[in-house]
Amino acid sequence: MQGENYPKVYLYRRIVKAKLFIDANFADNIDLDHIADEAFFSKFHFIRLFKNTYAKTPHQYLTFVRIERSKLLLKEDRPVSEVCYAVGFDSISSFTGLFKRLVGQTPSAYQQIQHRKKEEIKTMPLKHIPNCFAEMKGWTQNSNFEEV
Amino acid sequence: MITRLNHVSIFVLNQDSAYDFYVNKLGFKVHTDAPMGPGMRWLTVCPPDQPELELSLMSIDAGMMFTKESAEAMRKLVSAGTFGFGVFECNDLLATYEELKAKGVEFTKAPKQEFYGFEALFKDDSGNWFSLGQKAK
Repeated sequence: MQGENYPKVYLYRRIVKAKLFIDANFADNIDLDHIADEAFFSKFHFIRLFKNTYAKTPHQYLTFVRIERSKLLLKEDRPVSEVCYAVGFDSISSFTGLFKRLVGQTPSAYQQIQHRKKEEIKTMPLKHIPNCFAEMKGWTQNSNFEEV
Repeated sequence: MITRLNHVSIFVLNQDSAYDFYVNKLGFKVHTDAPMGPGMRWLTVCPPDQPELELSLMSIDAGMMFTKESAEAMRKLVSAGTFGFGVFECNDLLATYEELKAKGVEFTKAPKQEFYGFEALFKDDSGNWFSLGQKAK
């Protein structure tokens, strides 16, 4: 197996194309049957190949992408309800339940923790940087960044 | 007894561009992004399944770490592809290769079965190269 001539290269390209489609359109009402059609696969063949490649079914992967994106939006301090709809969920309760199951805390709790971390990085950045690096860069000499 | 590695430095030509490469193309997660004063930033990213390993994307600038001359020399060496910083792992090399290529990542070696494993080589946006291998299935 070498270079561009590996077997079934066309299959890989179709599966990757489907994955990139989910990455780009996760916030829309994605019809996974449609993606399978676009990729010229039967639905079951598509699910099997996708899972074999990414260790998740297309639906599990779509959920994963939505939850990961929601974490980024929550870090930006956007309201939970806004985040829920922005990443493609249509019910706050299903978003919250799924988030808690996959992340281990509710979206609000996650947001509060991330908010505290962000504030701490702003006020005490040296707490998050190994001292050897900070010294090498001369940051420990800057009193503005010293921890109080 | 040393038990773990939790920080590694990767020297980059531009942190904004490196952010785009490592986060938007490779899919790494930002661990810490802290402004440290004018023109200075502490930026670390992690491979998605390895949140405890921070890759520090260090800008090569003249200052306390580099003199003007050594920064210039280092920038030339990095651009020339002198440094290989490690071996990344993925679940499916062919799929990852196709995806990263579609995102514009430059590969210097397409996936190839070697005696030591299945690998490809790619470069980051600065010129640092990495091996990419596949986890045994």
